[in-house]
Amino acid sequence: MTGADYLSLLQGAVSTLLFSIAAMVIGIPAGLGLALVRWARVPFLSQVVALLVSILRAAPAVTLALLIFFALPRTGLSLGPVAAGIATLALSTTAFNCEIWRAALLALPRDQLDAALAMGMPRALRFRRIVLPQVARAALPALVNELTLLIKVSPAVAVLGVVDITRAAVRIGAETYEPLPPFMAALVIYSLIVFLFVRMQRLVERRLA
Amino acid sequence: MIEEFAVVWAQRALLFSGFLTTLWISALASLGALGLGAALSMALMSRHPPVARLTTILVDAMRCVPFLLFAYLIYYGLPSLGVQLGNFSSGVAALVVYHMAYMAELLRGAWAGLPTETIEAGRAFGFHGFGLFRRVILPPVIEASLPNLGNQVIQVIKDSAFLTIIAVQELTHAATAIQATYYVPFGSFIAAVMLYWLLCLAVEGMVGLASARAEARR
Repeated sequence: MTGADYLSLLQGAVSTLLFSIAAMVIGIPAGLGLALVRWARVPFLSQVVALLVSILRAAPAVTLALLIFFALPRTGLSLGPVAAGIATLALSTTAFNCEIWRAALLALPRDQLDAALAMGMPRALRFRRIVLPQVARAALPALVNELTLLIKVSPAVAVLGVVDITRAAVRIGAETYEPLPPFMAALVIYSLIVFLFVRMQRLVERRLA
Repeated sequence: MIEEFAVVWAQRALLFSGFLTTLWISALASLGALGLGAALSMALMSRHPPVARLTTILVDAMRCVPFLLFAYLIYYGLPSLGVQLGNFSSGVAALVVYHMAYMAELLRGAWAGLPTETIEAGRAFGFHGFGLFRRVILPPVIEASLPNLGNQVIQVIKDSAFLTIIAVQELTHAATAIQATYYVPFGSFIAAVMLYWLLCLAVEGMVGLASARAEARR
């Protein structure tokens, strides 16, 4: 393996990481929205959300990626591999984030809401000033944990032919006829990135504790 | 869309054999990972600090590794170590070795929460070494970590889908084959996702039943 090969693995690692971060940026507010639908017990919608979240949480990332990439064009909405990859990760993480937000919402002390109601706060203000700050604080460690899990599954988007760390390793392996070294290097590079996020997670947990 | 499901229904034998393979792989890998994970948890809880420290580093490192890259590594790596395994076996091997670390960490967590009286009582009755682990420590540890073990089995099922990249004929592979032949992306992958969902619900149900039985025995 040449220096250029290592560089392309590193580039692949960065783009894989960016996919997961983009997915998380979409998934955190989307998950909150779905959790609020369930929390508010919106009739019908709430049951639909519960069912979808349950199915999505059981769907393997590879299968979901293939579904989105190949089936969406059937509905007239065609996504490129990169967009489909991000959509896959976003959809999957939204389902998990929904459960995280929901747990935080359910743990919110009832008297906090009652006090806000007694003050005559309108719904939007109540959410912004009372609910969101407390819920966000409670959900943060679990959300960071979900981010590390997401980063760990994100090489799955390679099945769509996206140029990411897995593709880079496959390509180098095919060029040099030695698939083992590039995969070893890719594994080490990517695991180090995950390790950094795990450390960050510990830091966040300690700060909040 | 309805036509797509009709096509998939006509190919149900292929999909079903993929489903069975996924079931078989996940069951084998879960049992293997649990068994080896239990052994590894003994090393994690070892009274010799170097052993405990080294195993902790190994387990923590393994938990940072993405499964897809690990599966490739096992697939390409084993032959250069002189081990020739088929796709199915190297897939199971990858799942076992990978999830063994997670299982060990789960069991260690439950073990650390075990009241010391139980273990001391076991020692007082003359249990020691592996007998103490198997008869006194492991049963309550397994019972306490049942829900987490169930989640890990679900993770094994989901990770088994990655094995399609090393051409293991599992559920996602079968769905891809049907989609490639008949161009029914929607029907084939929705069917696959639903089957994964059923499998995960079944695992959750079994864990619920086992927990209820454990509770009733108490």
